[in-house]
Amino acid sequence: MIRDITIGQYYPADSVIHRLDPRVKLTATLVYIISLFTFKSMTGYLIAGLFLFTVIKVSKVPFSYIVKGLKAIVILMLITVVFNLFLTPGEPLVTFWIFSISMEGIRTAVFLAIRLIFLIIGASLMTFTTTPNHLTDGLERIMNPLKKIHFPVHEIAMMMSIALRFIPILLEETDKIMKAQMARGADFENGGLIKKAKNLIPLLVPLFISAFRRANDLAMAMEARCYRGGEGRTKMKPLSYKKRDWIGFGTMVVYLAILFVVTRYLPF
Amino acid sequence: MEIEYGFAVLGGNFLERRNDMSIIKAKELAFEYIRRDEQGNVESINRAIDGVDISVEPGDFVAILGHNGSGKSTLAKHMNAILMPTEGTVWVDGMDIKEEKNLWDIRQTSGMVFQNPDNQIIGNIVEEDVGFGPENLGIPTDEIWERVEESLKAVGMYEYREHSPNKLSGGQKQRVAIAGIMAMKPKCIVLDEPTAMLDPNGRKEVIKTVRKLNEKENITVLLITHYMEEVIHADKVIVMDKGKIVMQGTPKQIFSQVETLKKYRLDVPQVTLLAYELRKQGLAISEGILTIDELVNDLMSLKR
Repeated sequence: MIRDITIGQYYPADSVIHRLDPRVKLTATLVYIISLFTFKSMTGYLIAGLFLFTVIKVSKVPFSYIVKGLKAIVILMLITVVFNLFLTPGEPLVTFWIFSISMEGIRTAVFLAIRLIFLIIGASLMTFTTTPNHLTDGLERIMNPLKKIHFPVHEIAMMMSIALRFIPILLEETDKIMKAQMARGADFENGGLIKKAKNLIPLLVPLFISAFRRANDLAMAMEARCYRGGEGRTKMKPLSYKKRDWIGFGTMVVYLAILFVVTRYLPF
Repeated sequence: MEIEYGFAVLGGNFLERRNDMSIIKAKELAFEYIRRDEQGNVESINRAIDGVDISVEPGDFVAILGHNGSGKSTLAKHMNAILMPTEGTVWVDGMDIKEEKNLWDIRQTSGMVFQNPDNQIIGNIVEEDVGFGPENLGIPTDEIWERVEESLKAVGMYEYREHSPNKLSGGQKQRVAIAGIMAMKPKCIVLDEPTAMLDPNGRKEVIKTVRKLNEKENITVLLITHYMEEVIHADKVIVMDKGKIVMQGTPKQIFSQVETLKKYRLDVPQVTLLAYELRKQGLAISEGILTIDELVNDLMSLKR
């Protein structure tokens, strides 16, 4: 079950979105996420949803694959929804004990849930369509000016790319250790919060030890392949803006313009 | 005419000298693992390798055998200047590994494949991983792509170039790792127990690939292993025990000494063992049988 988490996993397919420059995708994702918080009206959600839907269709990532990624954040979403449902002040619709649910509460809770879903889908769509190496290349290029103030841009990009590569491996390993400890009578499911946390120790200790060992091996393998930092390194896939990337930027501008106009003149 | 003749002689000499030069040469090599307590005092010294002399000729397939803790992996890590010798030194293609300035040339000349396939793949896509080495060397983009294609084809993984390494089998991952080294155009590949974590099929796959590279691309191979079946095709076998070289020779010479091998806690291949036992019982079978075919031939000739 632990392997079902698809956040951050690249989905190989041949689409325009996959071929876009990672810098375009990074900027677009950021702009999209910010845009989600600039409106309150129904039409705004409609446009944001429509835009997202079109991008998903164009990207050729199957819808079921995306939904699988959402499962991981169900709890987080439930908590947010519940809090908003009960704690938003307004005319109470239903009241029991000290809780009351208001129309405003329902409204904010539903909209917040939609916002969160859009946000997660939007962000994971970026990682689905961009190889982590490509993504970190993009980040490296975007943050390149920071090198002037001795910010370790290349190192951070490299660390991110390695972290992403090891997520599935460590997940698999967690699964394995969990099963091994369960076979020896470990209990990960019962008991209160503190007991549960305590029970995690026999899972976390071997996991950390193995992660350190892997890190050591990987560092050695990287040195053996002549890795010596960002200096003098060439790129196998260098980034350069093509026509489609400018179209990508253009699409974002058009989306923002439509969103702005519609939410301004159709405020419901 | 005379001038041309002179050149020819010069060229000949030069070639001869190159041929004479071993690709890897170790002299009185020793390495100590020093364990310290919390105050930094020396607690114990473990001499992992102790006075090893090796010379490997270009194009050779050399296998290093040894039981756990025999020092074979420690030795391998010197060929790539990952470890620095306590005493003695190693020359890789004439470069002394103790000299700092040679470091990156040495690592490019002798590539290293490690045991765990997961822990040596850096890229998230097969082709990106193979390109990692050339990127570090500062090779221009177009040439990186050529090299990646070439080396993926050489190990038979070209169809998988756009796959995620996580979805490959152990043997396939190890072949990708080998391609990653090949893309750096090394003269020599050192494989440190590349098959220890693989299933029998993966093991065969990897060894077949390594042999192909040795024969077709003329890459010098140094294979470290404790599986006897993998060394029968080697040009030369070196057996290590407790940090020292204890046996050296062709696979036939080594495997004919079953008793000595047992002393070093090494198992001979099953066929060899069977042939050895039959011979001990008085059947006229030649020494150092390595393959089933050889044994069958010998047994058939007995019948006649």
